[in-house]
Amino acid sequence: MIFFVLKRLAQSVLVMAIVSAVSFSLFNFVGDPVNNMVGQDATREQRIEIRQQLGLDDPILTQYARFLGNALQGDFGLSYRIKRPVDELILERLPATLELVFVSAIIALVVGITLGIYTGIRRSAWTSRIILSVSLVGVSLPTFIIGIALIYVFAVHLRWLPSSGRSGTMEFGWWKTSLLTIDGWRAIILPAITLSLFQLTLILRLVRAEMLEVMQTDFIKFARARGLSERAINFRHALRNTLVPVITIIGLNIGGLIAFSVITETVFQWPGTGLMFIQAVDFVDVPIMAAYLVFVALLFVLINLVVDILYFVVDPRIRLGN
Amino acid sequence: MTELLKTNDLDVEFPTRRGTVRAARSVSLAVGPGEVVGLVGESGAGKSTIGNAIIDLLEAPGRVSAGSILFEGEELCGRSESEMRSIRGDRIGMIFQDPQTSLNPLMTIGAQLIETIEKTCDLRGSSAKTRAVELLEQVGITEALPRLAAYPHQFSGGMRQRVVIALALAGDPDLIIADEPTTALDVSIQAQILDLLKRLCRERDLGVIIVTHDIGVVASIADRVVVMYRGEVVETGDVAQVLGAPRHEYTKSLIAAVPRADGKLDRFSSVDYIEGNVEPFQRIDIQTHWLGQAQHERTSGNAIEVEKLELSFVLQKAIIKRNRKLVRAVADVSFEVKEGETFGLVGESGSGKSTVARLIAGLHRPDAGVIRVNGQDVSSSPRSGAARDARRAVQMIFQDPYSSLNARMRVIDIVAEPIRFYRTASNEAETRKIVGELLDHVGLGAQASLRYPHEFSGGQRQRISIARALASRPRILICDEPTSALDVSVQATILNLLKDLQQELGLTMLFISHDLPVVRQMCDRIAVMRHGSLCEVADAETLFSDPQHEYSRHLLDLMPRMDLLGKAEV
Repeated sequence: MIFFVLKRLAQSVLVMAIVSAVSFSLFNFVGDPVNNMVGQDATREQRIEIRQQLGLDDPILTQYARFLGNALQGDFGLSYRIKRPVDELILERLPATLELVFVSAIIALVVGITLGIYTGIRRSAWTSRIILSVSLVGVSLPTFIIGIALIYVFAVHLRWLPSSGRSGTMEFGWWKTSLLTIDGWRAIILPAITLSLFQLTLILRLVRAEMLEVMQTDFIKFARARGLSERAINFRHALRNTLVPVITIIGLNIGGLIAFSVITETVFQWPGTGLMFIQAVDFVDVPIMAAYLVFVALLFVLINLVVDILYFVVDPRIRLGN
Repeated sequence: MTELLKTNDLDVEFPTRRGTVRAARSVSLAVGPGEVVGLVGESGAGKSTIGNAIIDLLEAPGRVSAGSILFEGEELCGRSESEMRSIRGDRIGMIFQDPQTSLNPLMTIGAQLIETIEKTCDLRGSSAKTRAVELLEQVGITEALPRLAAYPHQFSGGMRQRVVIALALAGDPDLIIADEPTTALDVSIQAQILDLLKRLCRERDLGVIIVTHDIGVVASIADRVVVMYRGEVVETGDVAQVLGAPRHEYTKSLIAAVPRADGKLDRFSSVDYIEGNVEPFQRIDIQTHWLGQAQHERTSGNAIEVEKLELSFVLQKAIIKRNRKLVRAVADVSFEVKEGETFGLVGESGSGKSTVARLIAGLHRPDAGVIRVNGQDVSSSPRSGAARDARRAVQMIFQDPYSSLNARMRVIDIVAEPIRFYRTASNEAETRKIVGELLDHVGLGAQASLRYPHEFSGGQRQRISIARALASRPRILICDEPTSALDVSVQATILNLLKDLQQELGLTMLFISHDLPVVRQMCDRIAVMRHGSLCEVADAETLFSDPQHEYSRHLLDLMPRMDLLGKAEV
């Protein structure tokens, strides 16, 4: 197993090296960084001076090495627009995104797996058919429409929940949480549901398909022939056998949730990293874009590593080798 | 005799959109305590359906539509699910065909046993565990206690089937239904499992219904036999009578089609009772046909020569070479196959016989050793033009007719692929004509060419595979267990086809099988393999009458006893 994890770590380092090279190249290919920093009336001498200060005249490899060295220490330079360190900005925004993703992942997992098992076992019941039809709506509607519809119903029409923003936060060091107050929960509910809906449907359908397949296997038939109870068959034998493919998809999707919560954060004006990224794109704020790219890649690499290790826990055939 | 289980005029039907399929029609059979009843028939005969109906586990939408099932005097039909659940496992146990898939791969053996014991015997905790150990010991598993913590994949096939039997015995049932319990196992394991079932049956006064297509299994274990054909029982009787002096025409032809180990016949007897099972040949004239054009002078040389072949597979990777765990799949194997002869390669699973075939076909590269095909070295520089030409003469027919044909290609494209690839036909029209004639020649008919593989039965698919192999105009055919997935009657026709083709075309054949009677009928010379190396190479008749190697004798001893069938007519 250690051999396996080490191999995966080596692969991760390779992926990160490639991504960092891509994000470094943003600086050189997306406009002239000096132009982005100085006003229109800067003189030629001022520009040359800034170039030298930033080391932009050095060979490209030296610049890349410097970028890497700084990145490893979490230093991605100053935002062009806000003129503050990028890492600080990301850290400030990160709790909001992580909490949103956490809540929506829990919703997607709990509801998705439960309904998936239900529809997998009672596959011809009318309730299952309704759940499946409704879930189809969940996949086919784009996130922003669902978000706007929820805002219209619950915020505008019924006035039960706020329509946007994050309120009721409490601070623990640099971490601002909104999960400890009722106000905070009221604010997070709509965006979390919006963000979770697509994942929920996906998980539901995947668990159902896997359940149906496992139910056809010989060992389920043999378990029946031994007279085991339905509950033992469904949960002890069938469910665990559906988990390996489900873990793969869930792992990748949670990465996706964090990285691409952009639309939901925009619709609900949620002050997270996704919203920050969209604003950075609007203003060609290259340091933020580059840092975000590296951050998202790191996230995916880490989640994949966790997923691979989870396989070991779930499936003894992988755990015990040969 | 008091009967343990009795079915009276049992009908099972599967309602489908296209009408109702009657899988079993007025089936009556009976099992007494301490008796083994063999339920025999070919695929589709409805024998497994009867087993499933007794324990009320018919696949949806199947149902019992008429008749009764009496178990210890009680009616089983129409019981509720919860009543049936208390009968399953407790009073009727079931064993399935494939031990690889019958056990939950994510639970330990112990957990699965204890779960079943807790349900059926009302034992808890440590007493359930003690019982689990007892059960494993009864089915012949040593060091049972530490093995409770093992997972199914850590056990071999035979061991797994023992665990399956232990699970079926956990509730101390009175009746065991074994559905093809040894089909997926090697001959030596098959003999052990059958012995075990027989012993348990005697010791515990168990009634056993053994569902099988294998006459050999029935001959070696059953007391009475029930023969089924297309959903109906055609003959019931004492094992010696049914196998030795069958009364019904179907039983007669079925038994005649069983490959004999006790003497060589010219052809396999086909099951002529089955309608439409005649061999429809619209044979082509080989001398003038495209297929015969690639024939060259027959020489008396060797078609295949194999010298000191070695191949190892990596079991466990490691950066340092000597830490790698290797398994030697083929070790120091040398033999030669003369042109025009049929050379048999026999052995149990894991003996390396298929690996040798794949090496010769070029699907693996040897670690060491030389392979010569028609005198041309194909192993040292496999990409050279000469080696490639020599390889074209070698074609392979695989075991599983279901996965060896591309499901997305029409039959015409499957068979035409080698012709198009080697450009052996002058134009597309000729290609199509040749494909039609090849399909005719293998007994399928040219009209098959526009259909897809899934529309054909296993035997028909194997004919497509043979046509595809012929399309490269081979000199050497490698057949890797070509009939082990097929019914006895289909097996006979396919083997006859291969024999005919070999004679017409003067082909050299490398025939791989674990089935000794089949090998005796097919082969001129036979090599016995074990653990990757050759034990013995001998003429077929010599091997069967006077085996030299200890392992050959052991294998021959394991062949199911066929003395009940009477002497073969040589």
